Amino acid sequence: MRNRLAIIAGGLAAAVVISAPAFAQKQGGTLRVSHRDNPPSASIHEEATISVNMPFMSVFNNLVFFDPKEKINSPDKIVPELAESWSWNDNKTKLTFKLRNGVKWHDGKPFSSKDVKCTWDALRGGDDKQEMIRKNPRKVWYKNLKEVTTNGDNEVTFTLEREQPSFLSMLAAGYAPVYPCHVDSRVMRSKPIGTGPFKVAEFKRNEGIKLVRNPDYWKKGRPYLDAIEFKIVPNRSTRVLGFVAGEYDLTFDSDITFPLLKDVKDQKKDAICEARPTNVHTNLLVNRDAPPFDNPKLREALVYSLDRAPFSDILTQGNDLRGATMLPPPAGVWGMTQDELQKLPGFGPDIEKNREIARGLMKELGYGPDKPLKIKVSTRNIAIYRDPAVILIDQLKQIYIEAELEPIDTTIWYNKVQQKNYQVGMNLTGAGLDDPDGVFYENFYSTSDRNYTGYKNPEIDKMIDEQSAMTDVNKRKAMVTKIEQALLKDAARPPITHGVANTCWAPAVKNLVLQHNSIYNGWRLEDVWLDK
Amino acid sequence: MGAYLTRRVLLMVLTLFGMSVLIFVMLRLVPGNIADILVDSAGIADPKEKAKIAAELGLDRPIFDQYLQWIGGLVRGDLGFAYVSERPALEEIAPRIPISAKLAGLALFFSVILGVPLGVISAVRQNSAIDYLLRIVSLSGLSLPSFWLGLLILMASVQWFGMIPIYTNEPRGFIDEVLLLSIPAAAVGFRSSALIMRLTRSSMLEVLRQDYIRTARSKGASQTTVNYVHALRNALLPVVTIIGIEAAFLVGGLIVTETVFNIPGVARFLVEAILWRDYPIVQNLVMLIAFCVVVVNFLVDMAYMALDPRIKYAD
Repeated sequence: MRNRLAIIAGGLAAAVVISAPAFAQKQGGTLRVSHRDNPPSASIHEEATISVNMPFMSVFNNLVFFDPKEKINSPDKIVPELAESWSWNDNKTKLTFKLRNGVKWHDGKPFSSKDVKCTWDALRGGDDKQEMIRKNPRKVWYKNLKEVTTNGDNEVTFTLEREQPSFLSMLAAGYAPVYPCHVDSRVMRSKPIGTGPFKVAEFKRNEGIKLVRNPDYWKKGRPYLDAIEFKIVPNRSTRVLGFVAGEYDLTFDSDITFPLLKDVKDQKKDAICEARPTNVHTNLLVNRDAPPFDNPKLREALVYSLDRAPFSDILTQGNDLRGATMLPPPAGVWGMTQDELQKLPGFGPDIEKNREIARGLMKELGYGPDKPLKIKVSTRNIAIYRDPAVILIDQLKQIYIEAELEPIDTTIWYNKVQQKNYQVGMNLTGAGLDDPDGVFYENFYSTSDRNYTGYKNPEIDKMIDEQSAMTDVNKRKAMVTKIEQALLKDAARPPITHGVANTCWAPAVKNLVLQHNSIYNGWRLEDVWLDK
Repeated sequence: MGAYLTRRVLLMVLTLFGMSVLIFVMLRLVPGNIADILVDSAGIADPKEKAKIAAELGLDRPIFDQYLQWIGGLVRGDLGFAYVSERPALEEIAPRIPISAKLAGLALFFSVILGVPLGVISAVRQNSAIDYLLRIVSLSGLSLPSFWLGLLILMASVQWFGMIPIYTNEPRGFIDEVLLLSIPAAAVGFRSSALIMRLTRSSMLEVLRQDYIRTARSKGASQTTVNYVHALRNALLPVVTIIGIEAAFLVGGLIVTETVFNIPGVARFLVEAILWRDYPIVQNLVMLIAFCVVVVNFLVDMAYMALDPRIKYAD
């Protein structure tokens, strides 16, 4: 644990050094980045993967943005982008943005308040705007958004149903770019038009993505780079060797696992590598709608069976973080402290005692060493899913559960989960935003499209709505902790560990600031320059 | 001969038709379709979104209609639209074909140019040190998977030369392209060359024991003439068969080699398209591969006739 905290603290300290003002920035050069796979499309609003955000975020702008110089995304570190300023009305239900003048889309058309309106009309699921985006994974983010109105070309107002302090944070996330009204959705998926520092020159599947400097960028003097080239290299060994050989200046985000880090540092001594939490956590899916896990006692036994240390030790050399659903501090703004965590069921340090509780529950249900419960643990047939599932199966033996691994082809995984055709699943959940509204609404709210386990608990829904409207940060934090406790007690996606991984770059890459509580933010890259 | 050729062409057309039905049906029997995958990739649990995409892509229409639309388009040269990139399938496939074709051609060239002469040397120097050495090399070729060999080559290049021979940018000329593709071609062709070497060796050994070889020697023909004119030509028949089969199997080898060396060819693209259930890409690419295999088989049969004048195809 001390090691993990040291890594995070080191990262944050490095942040201070790295984010200090840099002098003598050089204009020009091409940043070469390795990319792990083919992005499903180029449309950030339609996808939910870092494979899209990392290459395409610098094509767009938001209204407001988490300060790219800061490592931690927090509500008090939001800076203007396409909006020059913003203000709330007295009862905090109307948020009005004054928009920047003279901003142009990459195709030369002027940006206006109409673009903001049509983007959020589409996102909140307005019937007349649905064709603008084909898929809408974060529709639930805007469930409290009543309407968007314009007042001339340079002013736009978001009217909310009720107070929602997190609303501005959601607009500041990498997942909230402004889209152009006049561009067809098919174009946005293949060669998107934005207002951002870079234009898409080319997006070739299986080859790469080439972005070139936007000479008409509204922020004068930016970006520094002439171009960014993302090369799609599906084989991780090839990607790492390419970085070591100097073929790429920057690795794909969080691509360097801890076992790989030593190899990279041995072979490329000047590589700068930064470990940071990914805000992606491993968790269990428990099918509560079918026997045997429709029995709450059995779900509780499952929660008490977990020993999180081996997961971390085996998979990431002990570098993963222990936390509940929200990312724990210091990187996480809303997560519980380690002391608070210890009080949660199954998180206590005495694993044997926890397992004794679990065995007691199993015995109450009629199971024992001579009569084990036989189940299947299903998971996507990908190493990062399969490996923790294997460790889980081993741990379940301790509480009289004989589990068998059921690897599922990744193309039908969500289908299987949605149809509740599983007993226990091993899952990974990423947070696009370190904010309770983002995390809870997306994954646990009964009407969310992203709540693929179909978890429905009216009490939890009520608590989520309640915390969402709280303006007092401390009270809200207490409520968030209460929700996390309730979710764990109900075995709703019991968390195992929060991931930490490394991103590496060549020393010539300057001013790159990685954000430590969401990998999905901070890829505007307009301040990055090359010292070549 | 004319009637034989007509029969072969008709048979080829029939085979391709059978293949088209098989590919089409098999793809639809595999669980999950593009609508599932597109929606699932965003982690959404909304069947309405899936149904909307399925309707948009015409996946809700009867399967027979879908087949007719595809095959009709294929005949007209219209390959349809790729589901994932939403671009014409032809535009997606066409630029990748030459890359893989060159890689496969070079790999086949390497395997023949190495396999046949080394097989002959191994046979004529049977049980000598060089024969043992070549047999070990050929055994290694058969045992080393090409992805592993590829990774070893990459690691060695980085370690010793500080560079990595992968495909990063489009080559700037013929020489650049040959240099870029040679290493992956050698990696993928090594296995085939080992197989060809072993087959050439055993075939040569059999032929070298024939009476007509002894006759040629007794008539005073030189060792080279005996080996390369009298023996090799007759030993080549099974080798040509294997070369034909290997040409078809090369596609499998190309998948891993294109992935390891990051070559944006057809084979890697096909795997990706299968994972995404991008039917227009998969169907058309598999048809292209089937067409190549059918043509190669035909050419192999024709090569028999050229190599052995005794072989005649009756009308």
